Amino acid sequence: MTRFLAWLALIFGCVFFILPLVGMGEFSLKMRRGVYSFDAYRKVFEDPTFWATFGYSLVLAAATIVVGVLLVVPTAYWVRLRLPKARPYVEFVTLLPLVIPAIVVVFGYIRLFNTSSILPLTGTAFGTDFLLTMGYTTLALPYMYRSVDTGLRTIDVATLTEAAQSLGAGWLTILARIILPNVMVAVLSGAFLTLAIVMGEFTMAALLNRPAFGPYMQLLGANRAYEPPALAVIAFAITWGCMGLMQLVTRLAKHERAKA
Amino acid sequence: MTYLTLAHLEKSFGQNHVVKDFNLTVEKGEFISLLGPSGCGKTTVLRMIAGFEAPSSGAITIEGQDVTGLRTSARNIGMMFQAYALFPNLTVAENVGFGLKVGGVAKAERAARVTEILEMIGLPELGGRYPFQLSGGQQQRVALARALAPRPRVLLLDEPLSALDAKVRVALRNEIRSIQQELGITTIFVTHDQEEALSVSDRIVVMNAGVADQVGTPFEIYNRPATRFAAGFVGTLNLIAAKVIDPKTGTVALAGMNLQVQGTAQRAAGSDVTLALRPEGLRLGRGDGEGAVFRANVASVQFMGSTIRIEVMAAGQKLTLDTFNRADQPPPRPGDEVEISLSGNNAIVLD
Ligand SMILES: Nc1ncnc2c1ncn2[C@@H]1O[C@H](COP(=O)(O)OP(=O)(O)O)[C@@H](O)[C@H]1O
Ligand SMILES: [Mg+2]
Repeated sequence: MTRFLAWLALIFGCVFFILPLVGMGEFSLKMRRGVYSFDAYRKVFEDPTFWATFGYSLVLAAATIVVGVLLVVPTAYWVRLRLPKARPYVEFVTLLPLVIPAIVVVFGYIRLFNTSSILPLTGTAFGTDFLLTMGYTTLALPYMYRSVDTGLRTIDVATLTEAAQSLGAGWLTILARIILPNVMVAVLSGAFLTLAIVMGEFTMAALLNRPAFGPYMQLLGANRAYEPPALAVIAFAITWGCMGLMQLVTRLAKHERAKA
Repeated sequence: MTYLTLAHLEKSFGQNHVVKDFNLTVEKGEFISLLGPSGCGKTTVLRMIAGFEAPSSGAITIEGQDVTGLRTSARNIGMMFQAYALFPNLTVAENVGFGLKVGGVAKAERAARVTEILEMIGLPELGGRYPFQLSGGQQQRVALARALAPRPRVLLLDEPLSALDAKVRVALRNEIRSIQQELGITTIFVTHDQEEALSVSDRIVVMNAGVADQVGTPFEIYNRPATRFAAGFVGTLNLIAAKVIDPKTGTVALAGMNLQVQGTAQRAAGSDVTLALRPEGLRLGRGDGEGAVFRANVASVQFMGSTIRIEVMAAGQKLTLDTFNRADQPPPRPGDEVEISLSGNNAIVLD
């Protein structure tokens, strides 16, 4: 009886999540009257704006990941090594992006860095891209910090650091050759989450008026019938692809260096 | 020529005064053990030599260079930890070569040195493995190789054997000692295990509550402990109350008998002292008739192979004595009445 109920719950859950997806997928195939076709997908892929915005967001995601790793890995390392008492506060700060809406952050940016300010970053495309990258880094901070901190927990940070120091290594060498490779799996899982966030982000890109993938999806959704669900399916495929990669990387890395 | 000097080292963690006026001079190539109970500050002294902790005051000199304020990476020391601390993302060969790589040694020379040192520790074929594929003993050998590869000035070992099982522990400690002698590398070894310290060291520093109680060769530490703590911490000891009769001739009285001992010159006639005797300093039987003879009642007999440990009740207290096993002479049984004798030459006079 309990087994039956468990199965029932599982099936209900699956239906609850999959049915809308199936419906959406089915609808996206119905562009041509009467038959299933990939017309909507072709339309999307033929649209140069799709490729331009997709590429733009991808580049920004890469930049965000690099900035995030450079910011988070040394910080989380240092907090674990030298400031364990500060950990609750640092965690609190990294959680702030979850409670402060992106729109508040971006209005703050615009007020601080507008063309009549001391640092007119919004005046140039590059400056705005830079701002947007910083904004994305902030949004991804909770996920990046948590993954890296979890990764650091699996190694004996203090002793490995001392071993490396006794062999003559400086801080940069320790971070690059010892700490980073040992938390690579965690960094990658943080990176894929960052990628997923950046690809879908709308508010910041729209308000800073940059040609990102999020606003493009929004625009398409407001004006077309069949393409938006096709786009949604594509976005899902990308996200799931990321998840799969994450799993794959984790498994490969485990094989290579299981923790002693 | 003094190679490593620790002068008036002090260390406090807040209110906790952990190391107190610690002084030590070490010759080049010497193997020194810091021996003491857990929490007495051994690790703290070692970490100050390594540069992981800054002394509250005092100075550390290596090869005439004052390194007190120098950062660890510039000290050129090798260190081995209890927890192995191999880099999990690097192979054995990469671990061993790490210090050389950081030091800018060219690739070919590095590879040659790694091969040489892996051969020295007896693991020449394991260069391609990762640390998690090795046993604890193998990992600790690799850690030794890694510490030695860059030819450090001083090798520092913090209880490197305590995580290993008994057999590996003995084998590895002998190996560490023989490699140390082969390379002639100055070594400081921290341990709380007296047998370990006695068996491998040139000299031992017995530490108690942050103070160096006694510094001496294993022979001196064992046979002539300077303090009650050193006497009690290293080996088993019988303590017998006595009274000084004549400080000049070394005559003391115990249990109604007179005995000639050494080390009473500084004491007043009539003062109370304690005689300390190792179990092997007491003899079963009358011996040659010199010294004091007690009637004793055997309480327990432990057959240990080449030696036999016997506990007896004599002069109102429990005494422990060791005798060699002899095939033609069965040991006494519990309850037997025996005679035991002790010679004043084996007695250590304590307060
Ligand atoms: N980083 C530290 N902060 C505060 N107290 C410490 C620190 N390191 C060691 N201690 C204290 O110093 C004392 C000696 O420690 P330690 O040198 O590790 O002893 P041992 O190695 O002889 O067991 C202990 O009481 C320990 O609690
Ligand atoms: Mg210790």
